[in-house]
Amino acid sequence: MPSKLAISYQQVTKSFGRLKAVDDVSLDVAEGEFLAIVGGSGSGKTTLLRLANRLIEADAGTITVAGEDVRNVDPVALRRRIGYVFQSGGLFPHLSVADNIGITPKLLGEPPAAIATRVDELLDLVQLDRAEHRDRLPEALSGGQRQRVGVARALAAKPRIVLMDEPFGALDPLTRDALGDDYRSLHRSLGLTTVMITHDMTEAILLADRIAVMRGGKLLAQGTPAELSNSGDAYVLELLRTPRRQVERLNALLPASGAA
Amino acid sequence: MSLSADPRWGEALSHLSDYLGNHVRVSLAALALGLAISLPLAILTRNRPAPRAILLALASIVQTVPGLALLALFYPLLLLAASVTLAWFGVSFSAFGFLPAMLALALYSMLPVLRNGITGLNGIDPALIEAAKGVGMTARQSLIMVELPLALPVMMAGIRTAAVWVIGTATLSTPIGQTSLGNYIFAGLQTQNWVFVLFGCFASALLALAVDQLLGLIESGLRHRSRLRTGLGGIGIAALVAATLVPTMGRSSQGYVVGAKTFAEQYVLSALLRDRLQAAGLSATARSGLGSSVIFEALKAGDIDLYVDYSGTLWANQLHRTDIKPRAELLADLKTALAKDKITLLGELGFENAYALVIPKKRAEALGVRTIADLAAHASTLSIAGDYEFFSRPEWAALQKAYGLQFRAQRQMQPDFMYAAVATGEVDVIAGYTSDGLIAKYDLTALEDPKHAIPPYDAVLLLAPKRAGDEKLQAALKPLLGKIDIATMREANLRASGNDANSSPDAVAKWLWEKVGRR
Ligand SMILES: Nc1ncnc2c1ncn2[C@@H]1O[C@H](COP(=O)(O)OP(=O)(O)O)[C@@H](O)[C@H]1O
Ligand SMILES: [Mg+2]
Repeated sequence: MPSKLAISYQQVTKSFGRLKAVDDVSLDVAEGEFLAIVGGSGSGKTTLLRLANRLIEADAGTITVAGEDVRNVDPVALRRRIGYVFQSGGLFPHLSVADNIGITPKLLGEPPAAIATRVDELLDLVQLDRAEHRDRLPEALSGGQRQRVGVARALAAKPRIVLMDEPFGALDPLTRDALGDDYRSLHRSLGLTTVMITHDMTEAILLADRIAVMRGGKLLAQGTPAELSNSGDAYVLELLRTPRRQVERLNALLPASGAA
Repeated sequence: MSLSADPRWGEALSHLSDYLGNHVRVSLAALALGLAISLPLAILTRNRPAPRAILLALASIVQTVPGLALLALFYPLLLLAASVTLAWFGVSFSAFGFLPAMLALALYSMLPVLRNGITGLNGIDPALIEAAKGVGMTARQSLIMVELPLALPVMMAGIRTAAVWVIGTATLSTPIGQTSLGNYIFAGLQTQNWVFVLFGCFASALLALAVDQLLGLIESGLRHRSRLRTGLGGIGIAALVAATLVPTMGRSSQGYVVGAKTFAEQYVLSALLRDRLQAAGLSATARSGLGSSVIFEALKAGDIDLYVDYSGTLWANQLHRTDIKPRAELLADLKTALAKDKITLLGELGFENAYALVIPKKRAEALGVRTIADLAAHASTLSIAGDYEFFSRPEWAALQKAYGLQFRAQRQMQPDFMYAAVATGEVDVIAGYTSDGLIAKYDLTALEDPKHAIPPYDAVLLLAPKRAGDEKLQAALKPLLGKIDIATMREANLRASGNDANSSPDAVAKWLWEKVGRR
């Protein structure tokens, strides 16, 4: 049974002008859990994520991280404690791979030697060759390598919580699959709490323990894939139809014989 | 004589380390000051649209002021400031030369730095600024570690533009007393020494080009994150600055400074005075090309030690008198009035350089015109040209009133071109100068002024307050007093207006001394 809460949203609302980007959302993320947030473009997923590490402030409601109301925590310290993987990678183009990965430890004042060791560890962790990639600039990396660096950067200061905003969205399907699997095992081995935004229901089902569905700023449903498939909401069922169809077609196209 | 064998190239070259060193020094100081002001302003206003718009508008307005005017404006402004600080704090500073030039040029450099600074900072992908925040940077860390490095290539391009503007505009700081490569250009234009003009233009263009290319190297190094290019550019700039500054750094005090305004006669006379002082064993340099309102204040403040002015000019411009007195009386009054400012009027050189209405001799004969009174009858069908100040001077008002002059048209002209213009009939009459050599050259005649509407313009030698009791100096100058008659000065001026090796101010000054020294 999930014991302590890593993140908890209680009746949280955030508006931009007249638009309610996040509308009265209550959502708990347990420690060690892998939660996926799914929903169409503009449904408020990114806004919800940014509220957790105070990149933006809520208008109403309460958000706690590790049991503490985020309003009582210094936002800079909060962000250094929470790993964040940005939608487009968000790597600093003027800094080498090593400097990008080591940025948060550097901000925390860790000694350079310790940072260098940590960077090498992380390169191993995200399966990039140390010697080959350490001194490269982001522009000299492939899309998949860049996202691996983004993940490594998010993990550098040994956070307990990692927030990921469509981390693998822009990658080709093979790379995306490999990276998703690799991250999933990091999540487990490091005992992380992960909230990952994706617009791909299949990815969410394959990676996450639980799935939250957003639409028009509202949280429509949440639960395990099995629980969601029992939902009465038409939109949720519509979202689940795509992976189902994919499974049926794949089964038809790839007879089981090959697996033997 | 072939162009390359012309000794004026050698003369030009001999000034290079002085002019170039001063040029680089004032440009560098101006650019540093401009950057020190503009960069923080660009950073402060990057997220504040209203102040940003105001700032850019102000900088743009400054840019529309012609460089020469901007430089000229800073002189009286600083003069005022200096008198205020003197009254309030008992300290004063020199409003002459380096300071006004540096301030005006710094102001001039601000627009490109501001504009590119703001553009560079605003052009950064917002996702990166969000990422900086997301990884745990404070606003300050984000600025220093992310925003400034990313904006640097664009900022550098602005700095590059500013550097080229400043180096080019610095040539205009000569008239406010800042030695620069403009000294070649101003002296060359005034004495028709095209070698000097060419030399000055090439030297400043070359300097601007070199700095532009080196800064360009740094810019491209920053853009492509190449340490090599950035480093090479930096070393190049440092080497250039060192090479131009070092030769002029260790120079000892320059001794007496002889001032000269911006026309050929003044260049010749200042060279003559300098030679006389040097012959007496005194160290002396000439500071030429000073604006006519700047030079008197510079003398008063002791920034220069001596120069030649004209009684009528001082009477009108410094004493603000509009009445006209007979020659001797005016001189006596002038001497007393100047003494109140502790300025010594040592004496007259012997000739007058007055305004005169000048027309071609043949035309005068054809029209039957000998005096200005004769001319008045024809004026309504004639056009007149004068220098930039003539038509706003009291003499012009006095002339119009005394003779009832009403010309068909009046034009302002560069004095050097005036004589040729009247000789070719481009204009009918010019307000020329009596000592000008071109009157003889173009076969012109100066009309008589029977009503004495034009005040006397005796060339007089003025000494700075601190030189009032300097007997050595005065002894060295005394032999010149009363020795230079109008015919000799005209001939000297005519020589100086030539375009060959014997027409440099230095050469003419030597010729002049040979003529008058034995008198
Ligand atoms: N900073 C902002 N200012 C104004 N509107 C915003 C801002 N951020 C997001 N929005 C709006 O809020 C809504 C939700 O945005 P977002 O959370 O980014 O959606 P999602 O990530 O699900 O695509 C969208 O309509 C978006 O246009
Ligand atoms: Mg989004």
